[in-house]
Amino acid sequence: MRTFRIGGIHPAENKFAAGKKIKTAAIPKQVVIPLAHYIGTPADPIVKRGDVVMVGQMIGQASGFISANVHSSVSGKVVKMDVQLDASGYKRPAVFIEVEGDEWLETIDRTPDIKRECTLSKQEIVDKIKAAGIVGLGGATFPAHVKLMPPPGKKAEVLIINAVECESYLTCDHQLMLEHAEEILVGVTILMKALEVNRAIIGIENNKKDAIQLFKKLAVNYKGIEVETLKVQYPQGGEKQLIDALLRRQVPSGTIPVEVGAVVQNVATTYAVYEAVQKNKPMIERVMTITGKDAPSPGNYRVRLGTYLSSVVEEAGGIPEGTGKIVGGGPMMGRSLMNLNIPMAKGSSGVVFIREAESIRKPVKNCIRCTKCVTVCPMGLEPYLLMAQSERNMWPEMETNRTMDCIECGSCSYTCPSNRPLLDYIRFGKSTVGGIIRSRTSK
Amino acid sequence: MEKLIISPAPHIHSGDSIAKNMYGVLIAMVPALLASLYFFGLGALIVTLTAVAACVLFEFLIQKYILKSEITIMDGSAAITGLLLAFNLPSNLPVWMIIIGALVAIGVAKMSFGGLGNNPFNPALVGRVFLLISFPVEMTTWPVVDPLATTYLDAETGATVLGILKEGSASLPAISDMIIGNIPGSIGEVSAIALLLGLVYMLIRKIITWHIPVSILLTVAVFTGILYLVDPQTYASPLVHLFSGGLMLGAIFMATDYVTSPMTFRGMWIYGVGIGLLTVIIRTWGAYPEGVSFAILIMNGFTPIINFYVKPKRFGEKPKKA
Repeated sequence: MRTFRIGGIHPAENKFAAGKKIKTAAIPKQVVIPLAHYIGTPADPIVKRGDVVMVGQMIGQASGFISANVHSSVSGKVVKMDVQLDASGYKRPAVFIEVEGDEWLETIDRTPDIKRECTLSKQEIVDKIKAAGIVGLGGATFPAHVKLMPPPGKKAEVLIINAVECESYLTCDHQLMLEHAEEILVGVTILMKALEVNRAIIGIENNKKDAIQLFKKLAVNYKGIEVETLKVQYPQGGEKQLIDALLRRQVPSGTIPVEVGAVVQNVATTYAVYEAVQKNKPMIERVMTITGKDAPSPGNYRVRLGTYLSSVVEEAGGIPEGTGKIVGGGPMMGRSLMNLNIPMAKGSSGVVFIREAESIRKPVKNCIRCTKCVTVCPMGLEPYLLMAQSERNMWPEMETNRTMDCIECGSCSYTCPSNRPLLDYIRFGKSTVGGIIRSRTSK
Repeated sequence: MEKLIISPAPHIHSGDSIAKNMYGVLIAMVPALLASLYFFGLGALIVTLTAVAACVLFEFLIQKYILKSEITIMDGSAAITGLLLAFNLPSNLPVWMIIIGALVAIGVAKMSFGGLGNNPFNPALVGRVFLLISFPVEMTTWPVVDPLATTYLDAETGATVLGILKEGSASLPAISDMIIGNIPGSIGEVSAIALLLGLVYMLIRKIITWHIPVSILLTVAVFTGILYLVDPQTYASPLVHLFSGGLMLGAIFMATDYVTSPMTFRGMWIYGVGIGLLTVIIRTWGAYPEGVSFAILIMNGFTPIINFYVKPKRFGEKPKKA
């Protein structure tokens, strides 16, 4: 079985919500729709206080290249344009809408029928995906249409669908694949058309045997789509790791996947692409996992964007007793949340409750130079050295030791027997070194 | 819900700890310890208990009264140093010499550099080499194997395999005796099979990787093999070299010491090959019959420079086409 060739770890999977049917969460009384995504420029609001909006109506216009449109996920009245604390820990612009009924734009096809044919041209598909405000739903929220427009001179040869879901606890992609396999496969054909490639590989980790079986069975009806079983290994969902696992090609430092002929899209993004292109449905909701070792009913929920996490969590039985930390996203790369009064955003893949005992970091000991961090680093870096250099503000040395290659997967900190905060220091060094590089190149 | 903990990712940890690794190494040393207790009896017991107790005690005293720092004797690293020091001593060494060795190992080689993680040289080996050059006679007078012996200082002595090779005084014992450990020598080094058992345990538990032991043993086998092919009259066979002296002990437990060995697989190969070459050179042409300790200490000295120049295989270093 294939996997990536450098480093990697295998944390306890704890996929408690696996196999739990997707439940549609109740529409809240008020939504707060963030205009900013995890990366890129926030969208410019195109509604004002007092406006009446419908489900699917655009309320934020992308501004700049790395930016995405934002649509209303509910029908009702815009009551406030303000800032809102989001999962990033910062206050960022958002649109506050008071819900009245559930009126959808008429153009949106809400029937469950699967529409396979797509007669649109390459450019029309890209435009539709762009208009629908689709971003990468794996967590990085990179606008999906940007990846479909390779820089001049570069040509994609193969589309890779990231159905790895390598983070422990999370199961939303897995369940989506079980319930919407056909739609996802149609989505893949649409993306293939947009990229003008005739080969696509869906990479699924071996802990999702039912999904592998289902996709292998259905994929025979679609030309050029392969399904590949991958060994369970974190961080296989990392773009570069997944390409290495599937194609045995390593994206060179500082370049993007199309350099080796690959474009990667997440499986949930592919589903959103299907809905946008075939059903005219913009990015207004997504599936997320609510889970934890003590969660009363771990499950997968289809949630409208802008819903406060507190209301979804309430529906899933509330915060379990003895919770020390609430993580937005997966436990390896997610963010610990200050509270649940945070609106659900496009990148919100889950809420994970961590027990108090596991939430508290153990005391930091001396580095015993056991080499485990070097062994697990999927980018072939030396975390122990980068941390030591970051502590001493040795920025040029950090750059030489390729700190900018770090994908912040956290495997080093996870593994360290001395509980050293390796990634904390590397992140700090990365942001400083990144600033130095930018100021140097802008001169 | 009163207060939530906020911290950067990752939010889970493997649960690995210094103590888990150190106790793992101690468990891996149990077969060799049992073998030494069997072959050398009371003397091995006294040497082991003295060395371990002295190392732990010195670490405690230094941390409590001199450094006034956190006491870390329970992490198992001082006990490892003590046990490794004992493994490197003859079973008839007087207690006071062992205590001096422990003081040098813990006090000079480990704590004076800042404790665990900061020592450039393997503490147990520094202790052993200090004793070797301070008390050359006592450190090279080896009791003969006497299963479950009750003698200690007055044990009957004989020559080691490497001593015989150097002096040419007697005929060599059978290879099978060398593998089992039925030969004179330091208490922990004689039984190759027990040491290899420990290696397998450490590899399964992923406490160490195979690179260092394999590179050392392979280098010694190849180098002595070439010498043997050139002149079998003068040079001993690779099998004799592999299963005699402190090679197994050194390759499995001393050279693999986390703190003093390189951080990358490529670096480990350089380090291992270096130890192998130096060992054979000292054994064959040096003044001492055995060279493993010196070889490891010399390569310990090269570890920082190896780490500086030898980098891990970076992702995307040589992009391969499918």
